[in-house]
Amino acid sequence: MKTLKYLLTGIVFGIIMFKSEAASWFRIFEMFQFDSFHMYGIIGSALATGVLGIQLIKRLKLKSFSGEEIIIPPKAKGWKNYLFGGILFGLGWGLAGACPGPIFTLIGAGFLPLILVLAFAVLGTFVYGILRPKLPH
Amino acid sequence: MELIMQPWPWYISGPLIALVMFFLIFSGRNFGMSGNLRIMCAALSGDKACDFFRFDWKAQRWNLVFALGAILGGFVAAEFLSTETAVAITEGTIEKLTQYGFTDGGNAYLPEQLFSIESLSDPYTILLLAIGGFLVGFGSRYAGGCTSGHAISGLSDLQLPSLIAVIGFFIGGLFMVHVLFPILF
Repeated sequence: MKTLKYLLTGIVFGIIMFKSEAASWFRIFEMFQFDSFHMYGIIGSALATGVLGIQLIKRLKLKSFSGEEIIIPPKAKGWKNYLFGGILFGLGWGLAGACPGPIFTLIGAGFLPLILVLAFAVLGTFVYGILRPKLPH
Repeated sequence: MELIMQPWPWYISGPLIALVMFFLIFSGRNFGMSGNLRIMCAALSGDKACDFFRFDWKAQRWNLVFALGAILGGFVAAEFLSTETAVAITEGTIEKLTQYGFTDGGNAYLPEQLFSIESLSDPYTILLLAIGGFLVGFGSRYAGGCTSGHAISGLSDLQLPSLIAVIGFFIGGLFMVHVLFPILF
């Protein structure tokens, strides 16, 4: 039952990614050219809704579906890993035109070369795990 | 139904993404797609190689199921919920793309040059896709999250580290598209 819940939520997410065109390489290129408001509108309106909802959760102390306290874990302090990792991610995002969510969605939509992108994304994650102790954080 | 079959406007899509995040939060989870890449490393015996993959990944199986759903959602959207999948990018963008040799801007969902099956017979294209994927995986884990974990979840919670990460995303993306594209394409 729980599995089905996450499967359905994932399906909804995949449909949104595809239909919003956030999974389109062209839209990502266009965003980095500042030629269209579309992607900024998606991220901006998601954020506006997100900020509002998180504030409501915190101020009204809303409980989860199972009645537990909702805890949103804060990210660890620091800046190096966020900035350096962020830049590397951005380079990949600009080139492959897909962040991890859309990579999955595009495979389902039938763009099979994204399987190669996914395989190398897993490899990149693995190499990060190996190099982690040597990287500035 | 007609409206669903069209591309969805940003003001519908954005809030819907936030709703997905809230559904996960109210289920006691969090929204972060790149976490799946780490889970896959652990599930593929990465735990034998280093500590970073030694964690109880089975407790996060829900996220893999979510990713599987994202794959199925792509299939459903492309097969049953779209009459036309060409992305109507702006004329200016189409022109810039033509300079880099991308001739199908405005007529396709993804550029054929990079994402058609035939393109995989070109070693240079394989190299570009591999580098792109590698950077997405390496960078998102180094930064502790990707677009969903930082740009949506973290910024919604007004977390400074997420703002730094998102600034990094844009520095990298802008550098790629404006400085490296003229060299690569």
